[in-house]
Amino acid sequence: MIPLSWYLALSAVLFTIGVVGVIIQRNVIAQFMCIELMLNAVNLTFVAFSRYLGNTTGQLFVFIVLAVAAAEAAVGLAIIICLFRNRETLNVDEADLLKL
Amino acid sequence: MPSEIDLRFILETLAKIVVVFVIGLLSPVSMNYVERRTLAFIQNRLGPNRVGPFGLFQSIADGIKFAFKEDIIPLSANKWLYTLAPVLAVIPAFMVTIVYPIGPEVNLPFVGPTKLYVTNFNVGLLYVLAMTSLGVYSMILAGWASGSKYSLLGGLRSSAQMISYELSLSLSVIAVVLMAGSLDLTQITEGQAGWFGLQWNVIKWFPAGVIAFFIYLISAIAETNRVPFDLPEAETELVAGFHTEYSSSLKFAMFFMAEYVNMLTVSVLATVLFLGGWNGPGVAAFPLLGPVYFFLKVFFFMFLYIWLRGTLPRFRYDQLMNFGWKFLLPLALLNIVIAAVIGVFIV
Amino acid sequence: MQILFLLFAALAVVAAFNVILQRNPLYSAIGLIGTLISVAALFLTLAAPFIAAVQIIVYAGAIVVLFVFVIMLLNVRAEESRADEQKYLRWLAAPLFLALLAEVFLAVRYVGDAPPPLPAVRAADAPRQWLGSVETIGTDMFTTYVLPFEAVSVLILMAIIGAMLLAKRDPQFGRRRAPAEPAAAAGRAEEVGAGARR
Repeated sequence: MIPLSWYLALSAVLFTIGVVGVIIQRNVIAQFMCIELMLNAVNLTFVAFSRYLGNTTGQLFVFIVLAVAAAEAAVGLAIIICLFRNRETLNVDEADLLKL
Repeated sequence: MPSEIDLRFILETLAKIVVVFVIGLLSPVSMNYVERRTLAFIQNRLGPNRVGPFGLFQSIADGIKFAFKEDIIPLSANKWLYTLAPVLAVIPAFMVTIVYPIGPEVNLPFVGPTKLYVTNFNVGLLYVLAMTSLGVYSMILAGWASGSKYSLLGGLRSSAQMISYELSLSLSVIAVVLMAGSLDLTQITEGQAGWFGLQWNVIKWFPAGVIAFFIYLISAIAETNRVPFDLPEAETELVAGFHTEYSSSLKFAMFFMAEYVNMLTVSVLATVLFLGGWNGPGVAAFPLLGPVYFFLKVFFFMFLYIWLRGTLPRFRYDQLMNFGWKFLLPLALLNIVIAAVIGVFIV
Repeated sequence: MQILFLLFAALAVVAAFNVILQRNPLYSAIGLIGTLISVAALFLTLAAPFIAAVQIIVYAGAIVVLFVFVIMLLNVRAEESRADEQKYLRWLAAPLFLALLAEVFLAVRYVGDAPPPLPAVRAADAPRQWLGSVETIGTDMFTTYVLPFEAVSVLILMAIIGAMLLAKRDPQFGRRRAPAEPAAAAGRAEEVGAGARR
């Protein structure tokens, strides 16, 4: 069978890629996608632990994280649309002052 | 998963996958011919009757034509996404075919007892819904990547329609899940056995089953972008919607195949969920009658699709969206409550 | 089984690199779809079919569709030029990535190399009540975890209201747009088309 550490290692790699993505991406929508990638990596950890400990808590937590991610995506994209309407740009480097 | 994964299991599964894939491939070919002839008779004309006896080889001729036509990519098209979109349409469409419950366990002469389905997922119904949701991407990406206004509008409208009616589709199916107590398609089929058709989910727990059936039918027709919900690809409105720029090459053939396989999937779901799947008189004694009944019912639904196409005018886009969000969705939610109340308190 | 894990893990990592390294956000979205489907396949190897199907329906079939709609609504193109002040970040990214990875690996390494014997996926007496099955998850969700479930439904309601309010166009800037996102996307596309035709 597949040892638990393999799943955890993969999850760590995906999470790290997500973190790096948030830092180096200049487009705010792509940054948001990297946040979703991080959430996904954490989901993988939860399900792996749920399997290896014989508990459904992990899978239910994943369900809740999925719902929260969906809600966050909806509201976050609405905020991004407002941001775009005000500043006409999606580049985070050009939106770094509170003043328009 | 079976108790052991040995060579016999692998070979048997591979053979079943091939069979189901061939069924999936044959459905566009045969349904295209049936559709054109039936529409022609409804419209008081003859339809294709020159290629082969009664025009039976027309679809094969069309297929060969698709393979040989020149593959044009428009200048303003995004090449990578333009090529990816038809692939994204076909893959989820064909992947659903592995959960079709075609028949019960039969005793084949050389092979022994085999179950006539590739697999029975514990979450079979959710799997079908998942693959349906993946089919939206092909429309969005095709519309965007073609670089033309008709395509973009058609693509956005098609995909918006599809995601709107996905909701009422999923909710209408929940009533059936409540009746059967499982998401497994084979379990749902087995739950409708016996009693000369009185256990079929369409009339079980009246009126929850009937309402669910009609919501499902309407949502399914809207999902597959067929008349009367096919405004995004009607010729008089948007030339051809999101596949305007796919000029009859193999890419268009892939969209075309995906549409017919989606129709097949939706018809299979309608039979399995509402009309009893492989059940019918005499299946317990002769299990080989199971696939016969199954295909008869599936064919009935496909014919219903064609019949509706020949008979009804199409909805305007805002009428369509209003109907989906303001009527079907609340009705589907109400139906879940009705089904739950009947299931808990009355039955 | 291990081949499956390695295959889908490799796919997930490649698609994740695609997400972060592409300039066009639409290509990043496609990379994200690839990652999500690979992770769903990994959930299947962990005998969690319900979570895998729900992941595809919710994440890959709804959230990323929302992303793609917004990208098309705002007509986001690939970046032509990045701001020059942040150039040093690009050179710093690779070593920092490796450092973070090494740190997480060190933390994970002490979890235990020899896992305890796996609990049986299927018990002989309850064939539909195995760990990842719908019946088990449903039972647990509506008995032990019904409070988080209800809280999440309230959260989603708040998100719906919030998103609708935030994305509504101010009446002084033009005709009031219907709150539905795809209708907004279609409206914007018609404006783009009308503008291009002029």
